[in-house]
Amino acid sequence: MNIFVLMKRTFDTEEKIVIQDGKIQEDGAEFIINPYDEYAIEEAIQVRDQHGGKVTVISIGNEEAEKQLRTALAMGADEAVLINTEDDLDELDHSGAAYILAEYLKDKEPDLILAGNVAIDGGSGQTGPRVADLLGINYVTTITKLEIDGNNVKVVRDVEGDSEIIETSLPLLVTAQQGLNEPRYPSLPGIMKAKKKPLEELELDDLDIDEDDVETKIETVEVFLPPQKSAGRILEGELKDQVKELVNLLHTEAKVI
Amino acid sequence: MNFELTKEQLMIQEMVRDFAEKEIKPYAREHDENSTFPIETFKKMGELGLLGIPFPEEYGGSGGDTISYAIAVEEIGKACGGTGLSYAAAISLGASPIYYFGTEEQKQKWLVPMAKGETLGSFGLTEPNAGSDAGGTQTKAELVGDEYIINGEKQWITNAGYARQVIVTAVTGKREDGKKIITSLIVPTDAPGVKIRCDYDKMGVRASNTCEIVLENVRVPKENVLGDPKRGFSQFLQTLDGGRISIAALSVGIAQAAYEKALKYAKERYQFGQPISKFQAIQFKLADMAMEIELARNMVYKAAWLKDNNKPFGKEAAMAKLFASEMGFRVCNQAIQIHGGYGYMKEYDVERHLRDIKLMEIGEGTSEVQRLVISRLIGC
Repeated sequence: MNIFVLMKRTFDTEEKIVIQDGKIQEDGAEFIINPYDEYAIEEAIQVRDQHGGKVTVISIGNEEAEKQLRTALAMGADEAVLINTEDDLDELDHSGAAYILAEYLKDKEPDLILAGNVAIDGGSGQTGPRVADLLGINYVTTITKLEIDGNNVKVVRDVEGDSEIIETSLPLLVTAQQGLNEPRYPSLPGIMKAKKKPLEELELDDLDIDEDDVETKIETVEVFLPPQKSAGRILEGELKDQVKELVNLLHTEAKVI
Repeated sequence: MNFELTKEQLMIQEMVRDFAEKEIKPYAREHDENSTFPIETFKKMGELGLLGIPFPEEYGGSGGDTISYAIAVEEIGKACGGTGLSYAAAISLGASPIYYFGTEEQKQKWLVPMAKGETLGSFGLTEPNAGSDAGGTQTKAELVGDEYIINGEKQWITNAGYARQVIVTAVTGKREDGKKIITSLIVPTDAPGVKIRCDYDKMGVRASNTCEIVLENVRVPKENVLGDPKRGFSQFLQTLDGGRISIAALSVGIAQAAYEKALKYAKERYQFGQPISKFQAIQFKLADMAMEIELARNMVYKAAWLKDNNKPFGKEAAMAKLFASEMGFRVCNQAIQIHGGYGYMKEYDVERHLRDIKLMEIGEGTSEVQRLVISRLIGC
């Protein structure tokens, strides 16, 4: 089975975000594999181990993403592809990313493509479905279980806490939700082997993509941090008066009722 | 000159940090309180290849370097000092001597399962009257036919209760100058006459398994001699050189844990209307802690790098161990001080770090012995 995983390198969720001149500062920040993409990688490896085939992990970014790709190889993926856009693009949105990925994948005859349900930085959740749409294949998002039998696929999908069971067929793109599996730690032998596994680096030219094809359709108006939580207030006096004041404040100050 | 870790080293650091955070740290307090050895954790570490980092693939290892190994010790020790000590001892003392001095057959039989994480091994050097002073060794081994018959007593032996075999040092004769000839022997722990008791009530590193071994007419075949039968003494000195790097790395890990807790606490604890991290008295403590940890870590990496590049590293390993353990004690002590009364409570874990770090100034050669080693190597 020809399996592909779409992987994004993102901020570590435990990092403190600093905004300077309307941009998020990346200096000194820790970067990780997008956690939802980790589920996708783990699932891809499990599917391969069960059904045979090859797992290729793809990422768009700069050469810094090599570390995350090598980690995916250390977990057990067979090959990695880095589409390096550093010299060509200043910014890239999900429609552009999906276009690049689809252009890469269109002649690779993928049977199964896995992606994270969302990236924890941008959080659009669109790249996966857009890739499927461009390739003209089925897709199911936020899956928590995947069973493949020949060409038939049974998927359990998380729908806001409930489960939906969907039957579909390959080729298929799925996006991984928390609960799909428990991603493994890359083992020491895995880490040592990862450096010998193939990691192909491509640029937009290699895919015959013009910069205009991937122009962003999104305009960033403003970047700001959520307001700091202010200190709470403790009302005083008779209980009756406190209730009155509370209702009053909810009306006039908090304006929630 | 390049201070950057390689991609593999960074990946190992990330993986072990992640593993230790989820699989070791949550149980550290419990293992400390009950003085229980986390054997399940060791099985998991074995499956991940952590017990074979510095050994080549042909012997079941991962083919990593000493720096990677030091990184792993630091991260595991940061989560739990006792687990870190047992981990470091399993590799540096249990497995390394067989890798460095063993015959091919001994390596296949004893090292491969250890490197794969299937078994643990111990190193039995210390006795009631001998530790750094090897001349006090009283355990005797007598060659009778094709077998050595061993009699004696070992103490404070790490991991012995879970070990498949113990490398035991024993007196096998006298040199012409009257000094004892020390031989290292591989003793299977299930050999008749081997009694292992693990009921020490320790101050710290309580998750680490520590045992007393009594050897009573224990017979091992002479093929179980490890390395040169006349050079057991210099072999264990070499073994300890490598072990010191790991004790230094462990000290850095424990200190880092205490420092991070102190920094976090200082930023959260309000007194006189502001976080105590705004007071210079506390700031300077934290600055000193950060500085000392960084310096110690650099020295650990340097000693490990020298070893990886086949250069002499004995002096640097002793320096790293001495400085890291003493700075670790200072850091853990100040971490309690910053926490004030809360730091004296078990709930905040910093008191455990202080109890754990104290061993680093004692085990695998006391600070005094490190100074002795260094002074000899600088030509005193």
